[in-house]
Amino acid sequence: MNGLYKVSVTVNGRAYEREIEPRLLLSDFLRHELDLTGTHVGCEHGVCGACTILFDGQPVRSCIMLAVQADGHDLETVESLSPGPDQLHPLQQAFWECHGLQCGFCTPGFLMTLVPFLEENPDPSEAEIRQAISGNLCRCTGYQHIVDAVKLAAERRRQSVG
Amino acid sequence: MKPAPFEYQAPATLEAALDVLARHGGDAKLLAGGQSLIPVMNFRLAAPALLVDINKLAELDFIRRGEDGTLRIGALTRQRRLERDPLVAEAAPLLHEAVPFIAHPQIRNRGTFGGSLAHADPAAELPALAVALRARLRLQRTGGERWVDAGDFFAGIFTTALEPDEMLVEAEIPPLPPRTGWAFLEIARRHGDYAQVGIAALVTLDEAGKCREARLVYLSAGDRPVVAREAARLLVGEEIAPPAIAAAAEKASRDEMSPFGDVHASADFKRHLARVLTGRALRRAAERARAAA
Repeated sequence: MNGLYKVSVTVNGRAYEREIEPRLLLSDFLRHELDLTGTHVGCEHGVCGACTILFDGQPVRSCIMLAVQADGHDLETVESLSPGPDQLHPLQQAFWECHGLQCGFCTPGFLMTLVPFLEENPDPSEAEIRQAISGNLCRCTGYQHIVDAVKLAAERRRQSVG
Repeated sequence: MKPAPFEYQAPATLEAALDVLARHGGDAKLLAGGQSLIPVMNFRLAAPALLVDINKLAELDFIRRGEDGTLRIGALTRQRRLERDPLVAEAAPLLHEAVPFIAHPQIRNRGTFGGSLAHADPAAELPALAVALRARLRLQRTGGERWVDAGDFFAGIFTTALEPDEMLVEAEIPPLPPRTGWAFLEIARRHGDYAQVGIAALVTLDEAGKCREARLVYLSAGDRPVVAREAARLLVGEEIAPPAIAAAAEKASRDEMSPFGDVHASADFKRHLARVLTGRALRRAAERARAAA
C-alpha cells in the first residue's frame, strides 16, 4: 500500500522520470516535482480550468488527473508557448494588447485551451470563442477582452498563414 | 483538496482488470476518465482503498457497426471521440447532437462513455441518451457476462445494476426505425454547466404522417433518467401538432417526473422548463421525422 510508482513523461519536449505516490495530482506533479509553476491550481476539482494543459495534444484539466496516468504520455504546459526569453506567443501577445488578463491567475488555462482551439478553428465566430472558453473562469476581465484577444490572434494567424 | 492514500493498479488487459474486481470487489473503484471520480476524491467524499485504472484497456475504446446494424460503443470511448465520429453522427444522430452539451471540451477529452453511464448521475446527458436510444449494456465479470437494458440499468442517484465484480464494457444501440426524428435540448445557466432540465426525444411517424411511437426521456428530472411513458402514449395515432404536443408536455411535466429543486431552480420551475422543452423537442423531432419520410 502507498508504494512509489515510477513515471516517465515528456513535458514541453523534455523527458522526466520521477518516483511518486499514486495519489499525486498531475497539476501538483508539474508544479512541485518538475518546478513548472506556470500551470496554476485554482479550484482543484475540475471547474475553473486554470490548470488546463495539453495531454497528447488535447486540452485536459491536470487537477483531476493523477500523475501516474501521465506515464508514457506527452504533455505541454504554458511554459511551452513562448519561443524564447522576452518573447511572447502570438496568442499571449494578443492577450497583452487587448487586456485579456488582469491578475493573470487564470491565463495559463485560457491559453492552453485556446491554442489547440485556434488550430482547429482558424476563423471562429464570437459564439464559438465563448463556447470554447466556457470551461475557464476569469474573475477580472468579464471575458470581453479575452474574446477580443482571441479574435485578434486568429486574424493575425490567418494573415501569416494565408 | 488532495485524494486520501489508496492502492493503485493499472491492469493491461480486460481479463486482468476483471480479476482484480473478482478479488477485491467492493473495496475497488474503477478509474476511467476520472472527471467525476477524481473531484470527489479530491474532496475526500470518496476514498477508495484500491483504484483500478482501466485507461490501458485499449480494447474497450471503439465505435463500430455490428453485423445486425447496431452501433457498438466501447465503454472507454472518450466523449470527444463520440462527438466527432462520423459513424455516430450517421447511426445515432441524437447522440451526435447531445454530446457537445456534456461539460466542456477539456472534460470530454478525458470523460468516457461508459464512465458516465456507470457513474449514473441523474443530471448527466449520457444516461438519459442511453435510455432514450434503448441501448443494451454488456456487463462483464470473470467467467461470465450479461446484457442489461439501459432502462433497467439505472437504479437511483449514482446507483446502477452493476455488481461489485462487474464492469460495463460496451453498449449496443439499435438502428432507428424509418421515419424517425430526434431532438436533444437542455437548459443550463451557462453552456457546459449541469442542466436544470434536459430532454431526449424520438418521434416515429407512420405512412400517414401520424405518430406511431414517441419516446421522451428527461435528465435532472428525478433520481435517474425519467421516461415519460404516459405522455408518449398520448401522442400515438395523433398528428404532432399543438393540441397533442401540449397534452403530452403537460402530462410529462406534471405527472411523470419528480425533479429536485436546488438553489438555481425550484422543482416547480424545473417542471415548467420540462413542459416548454417537451414542446420544442417534439416539434423539432417531428420535423426531422417528416424530412426523413
